[in-house]
Amino acid sequence: MPTLTPLESEALRLSLRVAFWSVTTSLPVGLLVAWLLARRDFYGKSVLNTLVHLPLVLPPVVVGYLLLVLFGREGPLGRLLLSAFGITLPFTWQGAALAAAVMAFPLMVRAMRLSLETVDRRLEAAARTLGAGPAAVFITITLPLMAPGIVVGALLAFARSLGEFGATITFAANIPGETRTLPIALYTLIQTPGGETLALRLAILSVVLSLAALATSEILARRLHARIDG
Amino acid sequence: MLEMTIEKRLDKFTIDVNFVCETTGIVAFFGRSGAGKTSLVNMLAGLLRPDRGRIVVNGVTLFDSAQGIDLPPERRRLGYVFQEARLFPHMTVRGNLHYGLRRVPSGERAIVPEHVIALLGLEEVLARRPHHLSGGERQRVALGRALLANPRLLLMDEPLASLDQPRKDEVLPFIERLRDETAIPIVYVSHAMPEIVRLADTMVLVSDGRVEAVGTIDDLTSRLDLRPLTGRYEAGAVIQARVAGHDRDFGITELSFAGGRLRVPHVGLPVDTRLRLRIRARDVSLALEPPRRTSILNAIPAVVSEIGPEEGPQVDLRVTAGSASLWARITRRSLADLGLQLGTPVTVLIKAVAVDRYSLGRGAGPGRFLEDGDRAEPPSSD
Repeated sequence: MPTLTPLESEALRLSLRVAFWSVTTSLPVGLLVAWLLARRDFYGKSVLNTLVHLPLVLPPVVVGYLLLVLFGREGPLGRLLLSAFGITLPFTWQGAALAAAVMAFPLMVRAMRLSLETVDRRLEAAARTLGAGPAAVFITITLPLMAPGIVVGALLAFARSLGEFGATITFAANIPGETRTLPIALYTLIQTPGGETLALRLAILSVVLSLAALATSEILARRLHARIDG
Repeated sequence: MLEMTIEKRLDKFTIDVNFVCETTGIVAFFGRSGAGKTSLVNMLAGLLRPDRGRIVVNGVTLFDSAQGIDLPPERRRLGYVFQEARLFPHMTVRGNLHYGLRRVPSGERAIVPEHVIALLGLEEVLARRPHHLSGGERQRVALGRALLANPRLLLMDEPLASLDQPRKDEVLPFIERLRDETAIPIVYVSHAMPEIVRLADTMVLVSDGRVEAVGTIDDLTSRLDLRPLTGRYEAGAVIQARVAGHDRDFGITELSFAGGRLRVPHVGLPVDTRLRLRIRARDVSLALEPPRRTSILNAIPAVVSEIGPEEGPQVDLRVTAGSASLWARITRRSLADLGLQLGTPVTVLIKAVAVDRYSLGRGAGPGRFLEDGDRAEPPSSD
């Protein structure tokens, strides 16, 4: 196995960290939104649906810019986070994770929503008659039955987060060791004269990483399906 | 005691019922498909909310719109066996069986899992997943799962309807054992009269979202005015009988009932077992005097007690033998030829082979809780 240069391993570790936190923090929110969209009827449902899917169709730069407007030092949410928790998001790796999470959110929600829609609600009704309250039914019946969708959603979002570029560079900039993830490092190398060989190495690394994520998702989903379908 | 006073508007029709019935043994909700039986049971279970009304089961108010009471399904403690078993696919049979049980406070667990597993013959399949079970096994697991939740009442919505005849025959005896060996009352929904006659004691007749009649199976199936609902083909009488003896040489079992003795093809039950059987009106003939040389084994003295409407070529007559009622379907021409009138003494002729074997159900014995350890087996004196 070829060894990585310090620069490469720094970018790789940063990318993994950003992608991990991007998925971990957006998972509960994604689950809630998927549940709302699949199971609930409420005023403004189509607005929520549109909002969730917006990052799929907007130029990533626009998403990054909007995040900057919202979470910048002068933005309404940014000011709130700073005064309440002392948190600044722009130009930090946490900001990169937020940008990646927003961009990956539609993929995650879509996978979870589709799997939730296939859960047989008659099984949930049966569980209620057996003495389980709504929360217990969700944990013991609904979640296990939609587990393949959750895994697929999480890993798709993970892969998407690894590759996020436009929104991240706009919102979190290109700071070595802080927000210079794999794609941004790659972009930087391409812009640097003589960096072609190093750029190719990073490109191969990205491809391997994404393939691994997709393969894991496929294998896990298949295993979970086998557990459910016996 | 089950009390339902319910109004509920549905897409196709309105449910509007008001009835009270005993909940000993099995109560059958009988009616055609789409009559509203399943909606009634879903409202009982709390899966469907009535527009207004009141539901009380054995003194516990489950729903009362006037008082604002609407217990959620998980607090009603009613076991529900669905038409499709609805087993949880991600759990083993054991996991399914314990799903309700582990939610019952330990002080309130009256039912011993091992007994239920033995009663339903599930020892061999405990580690399997629902996908690896046959249709009959699935339904048996569903029965066990509902039972282990220690319900106040078991609801069964056409639990046999999705099974073929051999599977039905496999599961039916288990339902009979539940009825005979546990003290838990059962509400059994079906549109199949043979199942109901075999299993139930009380019948609630449902039609177009209304309850047309409530009463014992014997009474309702013999009422002429309910024939359009109970079905003309099904016309007949249900009688309670007891095994009086076996004639091994000829493979005949002799039963005694309120009207006398009845010989039927061999029934593999011990002497003194109580059972219930259905005698269809079209299998019963009448004679003015006892025939002397005939192949018909059953000739029972009786008196004509009711004559049905004389329309068409056939007429149904109710005859009383002892304290039992039987129905006979004869031609209008025979009625005229024999000059039958109310009070005419007749001999009732029933072919032994005509007794509907499928309808032979064991009568409800005294409720026995599984906890006392021994499963109720009738004395085997045969």
